[in-house]
Amino acid sequence: MNAQIALILGQDGITNGAVYALLALSILLVFTVTRVLFIPQGEFVAFGALTMAALQAGTPTRMVWLLAGFAVAEFLADVIAARRRTGNLRIGPWMIIKLIYPFALAALLYALPLASLPMVLRALFALAILVPMGPQLYRLFFQPIASASTLVLLIVSIAVHLALVGLGLLIFGPEGARTDPFSDVSFPLGPININSQAIWVVLVSLILIVVLYTFFERTMYGKALRAAAFNRLGARLMGISPTLAGKATFFLAALIGTVSGILIAPITTIYFDSGFLISLKGFVGSIIGGLVSYPIAAAGAVLVGLIEAFSAFWASAYKDIIVFTLIIPVLVWRSLKSHHVEEEDDE
Amino acid sequence: MKPRHIVLIFLALLLLAPLVLPPFYVTLLNYIGLYAMVSLGLVLLTGVGGLTSFGQAAFVGLGAYTTAVLTTQADSLPAWLAWMGTSPWITLVAGLILTLVVAWLLGAITLSLSGHFLPLGTIAWGLSLYLAFGSVEGLGGHTGLPDIPPISLGSLVLNTGPSIYYLIWAFLMLAVWCTRNLLDSREGRAIRALKGGRIMAESMGVNTTRARMVIFLIAALQACASGWLYAHMQRFVNPHPFGLQMGIEYMFMTVIGGAGHVWGAIAGAGIFTVLKQWLQDWMPRLLGQTGNFEIIVFGFGMVLLLHRARGGIWPVLAKLVPVKKALLQVDRQAQALPRRDMPAPGTVLLEARDVTRKFGGLVANNAMSLTVHAGEILALIGPNGAGKSTMFNQISGVDTPTSGQVLLRGESVAGTGARHIAGLGLSRTFQHVKLLSRMTVLENVAIGAHLRGHRGVIQAAWRLDRQEEQRLLAEAARQIERVGLGKHLHDEAGSLALGHQRILEIARALASDPCLLLLDEPAAGLRYQEKQELGELLRRLRAEGMGILLVEHDMDFVMGLVDRVVVMDFGQKIAEGLPAEIQSHPAVLEAYLGGIDD
Repeated sequence: MNAQIALILGQDGITNGAVYALLALSILLVFTVTRVLFIPQGEFVAFGALTMAALQAGTPTRMVWLLAGFAVAEFLADVIAARRRTGNLRIGPWMIIKLIYPFALAALLYALPLASLPMVLRALFALAILVPMGPQLYRLFFQPIASASTLVLLIVSIAVHLALVGLGLLIFGPEGARTDPFSDVSFPLGPININSQAIWVVLVSLILIVVLYTFFERTMYGKALRAAAFNRLGARLMGISPTLAGKATFFLAALIGTVSGILIAPITTIYFDSGFLISLKGFVGSIIGGLVSYPIAAAGAVLVGLIEAFSAFWASAYKDIIVFTLIIPVLVWRSLKSHHVEEEDDE
Repeated sequence: MKPRHIVLIFLALLLLAPLVLPPFYVTLLNYIGLYAMVSLGLVLLTGVGGLTSFGQAAFVGLGAYTTAVLTTQADSLPAWLAWMGTSPWITLVAGLILTLVVAWLLGAITLSLSGHFLPLGTIAWGLSLYLAFGSVEGLGGHTGLPDIPPISLGSLVLNTGPSIYYLIWAFLMLAVWCTRNLLDSREGRAIRALKGGRIMAESMGVNTTRARMVIFLIAALQACASGWLYAHMQRFVNPHPFGLQMGIEYMFMTVIGGAGHVWGAIAGAGIFTVLKQWLQDWMPRLLGQTGNFEIIVFGFGMVLLLHRARGGIWPVLAKLVPVKKALLQVDRQAQALPRRDMPAPGTVLLEARDVTRKFGGLVANNAMSLTVHAGEILALIGPNGAGKSTMFNQISGVDTPTSGQVLLRGESVAGTGARHIAGLGLSRTFQHVKLLSRMTVLENVAIGAHLRGHRGVIQAAWRLDRQEEQRLLAEAARQIERVGLGKHLHDEAGSLALGHQRILEIARALASDPCLLLLDEPAAGLRYQEKQELGELLRRLRAEGMGILLVEHDMDFVMGLVDRVVVMDFGQKIAEGLPAEIQSHPAVLEAYLGGIDD
């Protein structure tokens, strides 16, 4: 290996690592607020990339109909829940808006010449289709069992992941896709050219991380979410709705996932089921952070990206094995640190 | 109808099935049997033990690949391995040993992880092993290894669906029998205590770390056996059926069947396999595309099941069939268990010296000292939050003091753990009752006698423990009657009134044949008459030479019963003496009634 190869691998590693870091932060956020290990995080990445590709090809993707399906289900669930609680049917304006939104969006998608729109608009459309699905997933699948044990939440999370992968196959088909890069320039750095997409990825990731940091440190909503993560009951007694906190975190998770998908779509070919492995690497990053510390999780994720890139060079067949086996020493280290008997949460 | 009749009907149907069913359905039943065997391991691991693994498919793969490599690649293997390929039965043993080693290593690393880390850990190594099956040289890559020989039993060659059917279901029925036996034994009760009762179990002398490892190994070995059968049924292996997807599906089967029920494994595997077959036929036709669309239905179906019927199908099925559950039989004639030599009255049993426990900046116990003698009742009293229960935890090994010494019968025990301390003859009850509410009163108390039995997991699985089991149950029944709960022997512990649950904890503590008893608020929730009876019991125990340390808020109860009193406030000892002295002690009056500000 010479310096040139090392630089190229380093660039790959940091680019992927930046995406893993975003996902690690999101997974950590969802877990601390709702106790859900959000396995479907990866589906947002894959769907984000594939939706971008579909829009680029000028097709109003069928994804919007999944959004509509979830919206109808959510509407019905809300109506039934309201009826059970108060005994009468009250349909608020917000419920109507949420119901109409996907259909309005679909109409827009079918009316516009998607392929000739600027990239930014297409990206906004992809976000408009996918991000509302985050709160929908929370409302439909996790809110009814918000107080269940972590294990039950995990199994539901995995079940939702499987269903979404199946739906992804149905919507996008088995073919992979790759989109045009955001821009065509590249910058020389020593012996290699840094491609502009890598810079986009790192830059957008950094901006998102800073925005998230400001959100959690400076705004009331951010502080409320942190409070809910720190002590659910206490937060509830202070008037922070756990349902709102859950929906807000899932909104952020969907946003982060979709943005990651849009970012990496020009770099790698994404298939309907690529999301799982990508988010699992985010998980590895967040496990390194112990599912508690945000900066360590982000650093861990970048490390995962680098190890992945370098092991792809030395032993490409064993690339993923190396990445996933990597967490074992981390787990050992963690289990050495804490060795008291813990009570498992009961069913 | 008794449960035994249903089992016999089921077995008869199993025997007849291949004779009347077309080959397609026999193959389906073969798969159900193979899947159920893995799922059965998960029932024990997840449903009973509360440990989640999504990596079981990797153990199936380990079993399948071991036999595949040894039976087909013998010429490229070194001689010390090649001889094993001569018979599938040898490769079964080889696979089980390999699985045992691998599972032990993985378990040693991942089992100490709590809650959510464990399933993530299993996903990680499950994926790694799966990827290894496809990448390691000599395993045939993703195309796999063909030409695996069939299993033969003497001259009988099991090379058809119906012939291997009997072997698969014989394996499965044997595994079901062993698992049921195990759960109904001393080790089984320890395993059942893992979910929601680890601190209690450790305090009763159960090695919960070992129990977790045991069920992890059993589940892995059952998965390995399933893989061995699979390889010789298919006569071909490739990595695909051992991936994470399959690991998740095994978990789904277990949850569908009802994770806590042995027969639920078969019900779950059956429902899942048939449904999958059916959906794989119909979904692509319905949608006009080919692909694994059944996972959409399974995914959303699973969510619905967990929203509506978290216990799975089996409890629902069990309600439909009119069977009476057999009660545990107690043989009153069983030989009594050997008892511990009681220390002579007056000797020092327990001595705590300057025990300090800090939680961050909070000093819960500050230089606490106390002594308990044999044949004495010492009360530890103090206002709420004084640190009494923390002190109990320091003495009984549930927690470790920041500094200071705890001497139990002369041995320094601080930091040695609850299990070791239980072995020295200390037993305790808990302020917040720690019972296994779904188990009967009898079984709960039998956990207390854990250290007085010695039969292990294998003996339990093969029913070689029955004599000792009868002695343990008889002892438990004796202690239950002694505390006055005789008529609740077969009731679920959770159905008892809270006061009775506290008394039940005393019976459990007594079942361990202790010489020192730590009781945390035993009289709370009892009626006047019941308190009198409890007082009588404690006096009798004292007369037998037992030392008793008691935390209690009911002063009438305490002052009439105990020999000496230690008073705590804000983590420190503020007074010590005879009950009469304590009642008029100025510091005690101030702590309880408040002082006069100058």
